[in-house]
Amino acid sequence: MRLVKVGIVVFPGSNCDRDMHHVLRDVFGFDVQYVWHTKTVPAGTDAVVLPGGFSYGDRLRAGAIAAHSPVMSDVRRLASEGTPVLGVCNGFQILTECGILPGALLVNESLGFMCQWTDLVVENASTPFTSMLYVGQRVPIPIANGEGRYYADEDAVRDLQRGGRVVFRYADGSVNGSVGGIAGICSDDGNVVGMMPHPERAAEYETNPVDCGPARMIFESLAGYAPVQRQRQRQISHAGRVGGGEGEARP
Amino acid sequence: MRRFIVTVVIENKQGLSDPEGETILRDLVLKEGRDEASGGGAGSNGSNESGNNGCRISEIKTAKMLRMTVDSRDAESAVRDVRKVCDALHLYNPIVSMVDITAEPSP
Repeated sequence: MRLVKVGIVVFPGSNCDRDMHHVLRDVFGFDVQYVWHTKTVPAGTDAVVLPGGFSYGDRLRAGAIAAHSPVMSDVRRLASEGTPVLGVCNGFQILTECGILPGALLVNESLGFMCQWTDLVVENASTPFTSMLYVGQRVPIPIANGEGRYYADEDAVRDLQRGGRVVFRYADGSVNGSVGGIAGICSDDGNVVGMMPHPERAAEYETNPVDCGPARMIFESLAGYAPVQRQRQRQISHAGRVGGGEGEARP
Repeated sequence: MRRFIVTVVIENKQGLSDPEGETILRDLVLKEGRDEASGGGAGSNGSNESGNNGCRISEIKTAKMLRMTVDSRDAESAVRDVRKVCDALHLYNPIVSMVDITAEPSP
């Protein structure tokens, strides 16, 4: 069986791309490649990850300039086609800045850079990145950000909650002032997930000897999901060819 | 064509907390006002009426400012053109920020 192929998008100032690469390839056995922000995402990519860091030095706002990078049109297209996309920390900020995910990430209430362990609570266990977790499960995981305070207006938060699109909340309320303690959300279809905490720093014994099990499941979920998604897309494509599709002349 | 200095001020929308402005007010401006009023003594519960040269500051909002040099027909056009750029490139995030744009002739 072909390995799950994951593209890690790298921007000037990304600094968690290597950690992500290590975990995806060495710990979970994905076929991983870096995608420089001026390039296109290679054909056949099963999932895309936007890693953490400080793209463009957080100038203007975290993620604001990276959101205009050429590669983001590919990310937007793949997201709309159902490809799993994970944005971690700065990656989450970029996804909100380019409008793929709603809301914004503001400076932490403390005004400081927060680097600490926290617990998440899973609220949506049906995304490509959480299907092997269960609702209510706690996930020990570190945060490391200066602009991690999730904000969306009341209507947007209500929509997120009604649509089951809050994926993670901080277990101890709002560690950084995030509205509703939101730590991660997903798109309408669930295939795009953005989260401020760093699963790649919590998914192996060496970095999380206390309990790396839950964070591992974020990547195990993708490992289980991607081949199924690939098969589904192949069937759709095949059906389109056999059935002729709308507007296509039959022989 | 004339040259204008266009100033873009980006600040949080009303109702959105501004912890930096709150900190400057609470831990510097009001504190300084109290300390001056009480001769610098600890435990003062005075207002800032006597301190800060009698300047009664009740709120501080922080903002980001961009100053652009723009060649345009007149000030209105300069503001309008810069606003288009701000909107198109999301120089401010409309979800959380509002923008104030003014132009004056370049010296």
